Amino acid sequence: MEHIQHTPARVAKAPTRLLDGLQRWLPKLVVAPTFVLVGIGIYAFMIWTGVLSFTSSSFLPVYDFVGFDQYAKLMDNDRWLTASVNLGIFGGLFILCCLVIGVVLAIFLDQKIRQEGALRTIYLYPMALSMIVTGTVWKWILNPSLGLEKLMHDWGWSSFSFDWLVNSDMAIYTIVIAAVWQASGFVMALFLAGLRGVDSAIIRAARVDGASLPRIYWSIILPSLRPVFFSAVMVLAHIAIKSFDLVMAMTAGGPGYSTDLPAVFMYTHSFTRGQMGLGSASAMLMLGAILALLVPYLYSELRGKRHD
Amino acid sequence: MTERSHSGLRPSRIAIHAVLILAALVYLIPLFIMLITSFKTPMDIRTGNLMALPSEWTTLGWSKAWSEACTGVQCDGIRGYFWNSFKMTVPAVLISTLLGAFNGYVLSKWKFRGSDLFFGMLLFGCFVPFQVVLLPMAATLGKLGLANTTSGLVLVHVVYGVAFTTLFFRNYYVAIPDALVKAARLDGAGFFTIFFRILLPMSTPIFMVSLIWQFTQIWNDFLFGVVFASGDSQPITVALNNLVNTSTGVKEYNVDMAAAMIAALPTLVVYIVAGKYFIRGLTAGSIKG
Repeated sequence: MEHIQHTPARVAKAPTRLLDGLQRWLPKLVVAPTFVLVGIGIYAFMIWTGVLSFTSSSFLPVYDFVGFDQYAKLMDNDRWLTASVNLGIFGGLFILCCLVIGVVLAIFLDQKIRQEGALRTIYLYPMALSMIVTGTVWKWILNPSLGLEKLMHDWGWSSFSFDWLVNSDMAIYTIVIAAVWQASGFVMALFLAGLRGVDSAIIRAARVDGASLPRIYWSIILPSLRPVFFSAVMVLAHIAIKSFDLVMAMTAGGPGYSTDLPAVFMYTHSFTRGQMGLGSASAMLMLGAILALLVPYLYSELRGKRHD
Repeated sequence: MTERSHSGLRPSRIAIHAVLILAALVYLIPLFIMLITSFKTPMDIRTGNLMALPSEWTTLGWSKAWSEACTGVQCDGIRGYFWNSFKMTVPAVLISTLLGAFNGYVLSKWKFRGSDLFFGMLLFGCFVPFQVVLLPMAATLGKLGLANTTSGLVLVHVVYGVAFTTLFFRNYYVAIPDALVKAARLDGAGFFTIFFRILLPMSTPIFMVSLIWQFTQIWNDFLFGVVFASGDSQPITVALNNLVNTSTGVKEYNVDMAAAMIAALPTLVVYIVAGKYFIRGLTAGSIKG
């Protein structure tokens, strides 16, 4: 009797153990494809680009080691200099304008506005558009002969002139205008969400003490939204450093190369001018710029978490 | 949030409303200009101005943009590229969302040694500027025989989208109590049973967020399209850019604007129908952890 009872139990145990083993491996198996895709697609490729940046590759990759030659060339390159300065101008203005507009709109929307939902939808819809669409529209609006200028003339302001799009000193600002139009609603959404999380008891207490509403926002509420500021700046800086589509659609880097950004520089040199080594070096510097922003951000995030 | 007790603030209320409405107009006017320009005749565009309504409404621009306009050398309109974008976007969105769902499930409920490190690697992947992977990816796609194909673009979008989708699902599942999963495990439920029976039924919102976010991102992508696709496999954004920036012949702004509308419509429709999920995706993508 005992024997008979034992056997089936043992038989049942072996598959269970197998299943247990499978259960233990299953989670790893499930994430394995992503691990491979991301490991190769991001990390290995990043290293590969790094290697290319130390070679003299032109149209095809060549694996000779030339040290920091490409980086030195980049530093001497007028076009790269223009692209970097442009990124400073574009990035700085873009982030600043988006923050100011976004914060003002969020605070105003937070005053129990009846049509809040509709307004919010309107402010944010450009974010759903492709930057190529945005660029196409703004290129048309800022068209020097048929666009804004003609509109103002027709409306009676005959001395109005607006040629920024084809003026190499001003063209970069047209990109700022279009980019701010597209992304400022996003900052509004971030801050509105942040404002909704502020404890209303604080405001009531401050009002009882006789503080005015603008004063309360400026010295109590906005400082408490510092994390939102950080993430907004992070995301906007990220958009600015990667921005490529908008420039391609509006000016293609022109007139001349006056509106080049690093992303445009990298694309042109790597894919149309056959200077792969130089293109890789510029990509690595872009990565460096992101890291310089990202590492302190992540560090403060993680430290903040540990404190909680 | 604000407790209003201000009866003496009427002028400021009016000012606030004025600013908000003015801002709404600024955001809407480009769309308005795009729409009315697309319905004008070329003649109308030259004689009228940006804000003038068409003197004669015509869909000529739309039909030309759809089937006749020149994008570079070819003059078949943008319809082919529009379908290219669909053929690229739909599989890429589905695959990256599914992978993201399973990854998020593992990284929140089946942690293993190194899984947090893996998550950190993914998170970092969200921030890497794509310029740093373009050249190796182009070489790899060439080796795989996927250069200039829609399948190649699908692969690229899955690789660089999965970090975001994983983030969405992981952060969503982290908020679901572990006790639920533990109880099910004690009852003998396995990995997939728990996922399909317990987590999946409560995942509709995050699936919506992921699907809509990925759809918008992939449909609107230009960089990967212009680098990894050429000729017949190009997505709509690249075709639109070619159409608008070809320097041959007389510029037809009505055709440009109609093409821009066509390229924008799918994401605009999604935004109008499911904007709430889109906003959630935006904020989830930016406030991480």
